[in-house]
Amino acid sequence: MGTLWFWIVALMLVAYVVLDGFDIGVGIAYLFVARTEPERQQAMRSIGPFWDGNEVWLLAAGGTLFFAFPLLYASAFSGFYLPLMIVLWLLILRAVSIELRSHSAEPLWRTFFDALFTLSSVLLAIFYGAALANVVRGVPIGADDYFFLPLWTNWQPGAHPGILDWYTVTGGVLALVALSVHGSLYLALKTEGDLEQRSRSFAMKAWPVLLLLTLAGLPLTVLARPHSLDSYLAHPVLFVIPCAVLASLFVVVLATRRGSAMTAFLGSSVYLASMMAGAVIGLFPVLLPAVGSEGRDITIANALAGSHTLHIGLVWWTFGILLAILYFSVIHWLFRGKVAQNAEGYGH
Amino acid sequence: MDALSLHRIHFAFTVTYHYLFPQLTMGLALLIVVIKSLAIKTGEEKYDIAARFWAKIFAVNFLLGVVTGIPMEFQFGTNWSEFSRRTGGVIGMPLAMEGIFSFFLESAFLGLFLFGEKRLSRWMHWWSAFLVFVGSWISGFFIIITDAWMQHPVAYHVTPSGLYEVSSFWGLMLNPWAWLQYAHNMCGSVVTASFVMASVGALYLLLRRDEVYGRTFLKLGVISGVLSCIMMIFPTGDLHAKYMAKHQPAAVAAMEGLFNSETGAPLVLLGQPDVEAQKIDNPIVVNKVLSFLIYGTTTAEVQGLNQIPRDQWPTTLPLLFYAYHIMAGLGTYFLLLMGLAAILLWRGSLFTARWLLWPILLSFPLPYIANTAGWMTAEIGRQPWLVYGLIRTAQGYSTHVGAGSSLFTLLGFLGMYAVLSILWIVLVYNFIQDGPIAASVEAAADSGEAA
Ligand code: HDD
Ligand code: HEM
Ligand code: HEM
Repeated sequence: MGTLWFWIVALMLVAYVVLDGFDIGVGIAYLFVARTEPERQQAMRSIGPFWDGNEVWLLAAGGTLFFAFPLLYASAFSGFYLPLMIVLWLLILRAVSIELRSHSAEPLWRTFFDALFTLSSVLLAIFYGAALANVVRGVPIGADDYFFLPLWTNWQPGAHPGILDWYTVTGGVLALVALSVHGSLYLALKTEGDLEQRSRSFAMKAWPVLLLLTLAGLPLTVLARPHSLDSYLAHPVLFVIPCAVLASLFVVVLATRRGSAMTAFLGSSVYLASMMAGAVIGLFPVLLPAVGSEGRDITIANALAGSHTLHIGLVWWTFGILLAILYFSVIHWLFRGKVAQNAEGYGH
Repeated sequence: MDALSLHRIHFAFTVTYHYLFPQLTMGLALLIVVIKSLAIKTGEEKYDIAARFWAKIFAVNFLLGVVTGIPMEFQFGTNWSEFSRRTGGVIGMPLAMEGIFSFFLESAFLGLFLFGEKRLSRWMHWWSAFLVFVGSWISGFFIIITDAWMQHPVAYHVTPSGLYEVSSFWGLMLNPWAWLQYAHNMCGSVVTASFVMASVGALYLLLRRDEVYGRTFLKLGVISGVLSCIMMIFPTGDLHAKYMAKHQPAAVAAMEGLFNSETGAPLVLLGQPDVEAQKIDNPIVVNKVLSFLIYGTTTAEVQGLNQIPRDQWPTTLPLLFYAYHIMAGLGTYFLLLMGLAAILLWRGSLFTARWLLWPILLSFPLPYIANTAGWMTAEIGRQPWLVYGLIRTAQGYSTHVGAGSSLFTLLGFLGMYAVLSILWIVLVYNFIQDGPIAASVEAAADSGEAA
């Protein structure tokens, strides 16, 4: 039961990263690729009907985590207090800038929200990457299962880490580059004209950096947390995951060269999913590793909610997720195809 | 200030602010469905235009509801971690279900409703409005299941390590407290939406512009307003108070300002509670009415605070007393105002009764105050318990998050929300200023057709 819920939560987080990842990525690339007002409108329209639904995956994953692993929710959310609050503020600013820019034709108003959109998207991506890296690296969990991390200490992973150290900052930069590739591939898929061209070349410029960071990621992770390889060494077939990471990266390039934007976007989706899967497998069956003290890891076993609760949960969760998938399919089908360059597309 | 107080203020401030938006959108979603239905039934274009106008106002409020709601979902863990750890096996369930069953539904169909009018048939567009309405009402339902469990815990068992688990799914979902609270709260949301709609209508009539719409909004607002105001008091408020008297006697005694048990207890209309002297200063009372309201006879005994151990009295008693009296006092005023307006509407003279249009115009902030006061009644009345009778508030907060961190983020939210408030006022003012026709032209352009 515990393993099942572990994968359910992981799956929802992957869905969040792949889906909200593309609209965050659009935000990162936005100022660089969408230069004229019609292009900016086009970029905004390409995410208009979707971004809110994408963000719900974060809420649903958070709720599911709370419900299935209350101890993890309590410990991690209070321990990562400051960065989480910053993430919440960034989410507020980003949502407001997406929705409010169109409410006035005043150029100053629009420029302001455009800048805010890119800034909040960039910072969000960095924080998400750093957050994942924090979980992989581990935190100093106390005897009462709690901890509290400062934003930074000495920038070293060691026994007294902060949220930010060289490892987690690298994770943040990796996420920034990964999402900017993902987002600009989405733009290339959904828009046309100069915007489409520029998005594609933006993705191609970021790609080598992404490859480099990805290749560096594995050894750095082992350096930051030696146990990360345990699951892999025990089950060598799991090495297909890192292979999938690399393969999907190359699919991105090849498909973009051949002009099939859809395949390229799917490639980067697979890339994000397999990166996440790789990190999660490295953790399993630990949920949040402890540093500086053995045996205080928060694990599936010690964080799991009661079995009656979880059995009931399985019923409504399955039903609810099928409905959610249905809604997403309907929406993406109704708003399929490219956003037209003039104001006749969808969006607002 | 100590960490506990700061965490309490942090949560209270952010949730009170959040609820300013859903309380309008839940009620407004219902009214928009009514307008869309009228559009289909009568085929008159003015209803389509009216629906587009309200959809714009809805969208901005929804956005603010979303951005202020996301922090709420996380604050159980960030600020109330010990509470979350112990009760996650119960309240985690309705919270997760809210995300999965309502937020997906709402966000997907709101996109369709706002951007899809020209892509969808009339009926499909009606359905998208309807599903937004359903989504928002389901969302309110699950959050109230959560809150009601804290007010009146049912269907749980405790593990040896002190964690709470659901023992019966249906027991949790059918918590009688939750259904009473839900009915009362949703009526409150419709009251807010009705007052806002009627107020905009009154404004247009007073300004003598967009009078077709002014009349439509006023009529709709008054009809739904009078119905929801009646239901606010009877049956929902009445039943809720009776149920509470049974299960949270300390809260009811404090709300009513009853320091000593009395047979034939009086209803205190106004007064200032003096907790030290345990009496009400300058009371204006109606004899025996409290006993009647709670037990249906004028002679029943109502339990006063003297029968309750001091350490179980609500901690901020005067605030609780005032919050309750503000809610109930405003409820009475709402009923009088809407009742009068409904009579004039019936007799056909409302639209020219400028002396009444003025109070209708000016009253739109009051339901917000009443709803907020109602929640303060509920939440302060629950003190000193976090989960009534089981966990004290002082046992639930995040002990590892210090007062300094909590104050820092509280100030951050204060600043952020001040900015949001300004944006909100500017935008809603502009929509009302531009009027329904302009909103409709823009909406047509949005959904893919040059107007
Ligand atoms: C427009 C708003 C509004 C109005 C006019 C009223 N209420 Fe109310 N009331 C609410 C809005 C509200 C609310 C915001 O919806 C609350 C807060 C918690 C809840 O579920 O509903 C609430 C709570 C609440 C509670 C406390 C529930 C608890 O502790 O859980 C009681 C006893 C009443 N109400 C009773 C009344 C009575 C007797 C009213 C008669 C005039 C009344 N309310 C008018
Ligand atoms: C719009 C609705 C709500 C308002 C205006 C509101 C208001 C408040 C207020 C004023 C307090 C502080 C009480 C005190 O410290 O004396 C509080 C505390 C709290 N409320 Fe609510 N509340 C609302 C809804 C909810 C809901 C739906 C939940 C649960 C799902 C909830 C959970 C809590 C918790 C956990 C606390 C902190 C612990 C405490 O001080 O009791 N509230 N709320
Ligand atoms: C502790 C309490 C609360 C939490 C954790 C919470 C959580 C949330 C979240 C995460 C959202 C954003 C959803 C999205 O992205 O679409 C939201 C919006 C919403 N919330 Fe809350 N909320 C709380 C209190 C309340 C209360 C008391 C009500 C009503 C009774 C309510 C009703 C709604 C509704 C209807 C929405 C939809 C957005 C809107 O209409 O503005 N919430 N809430």
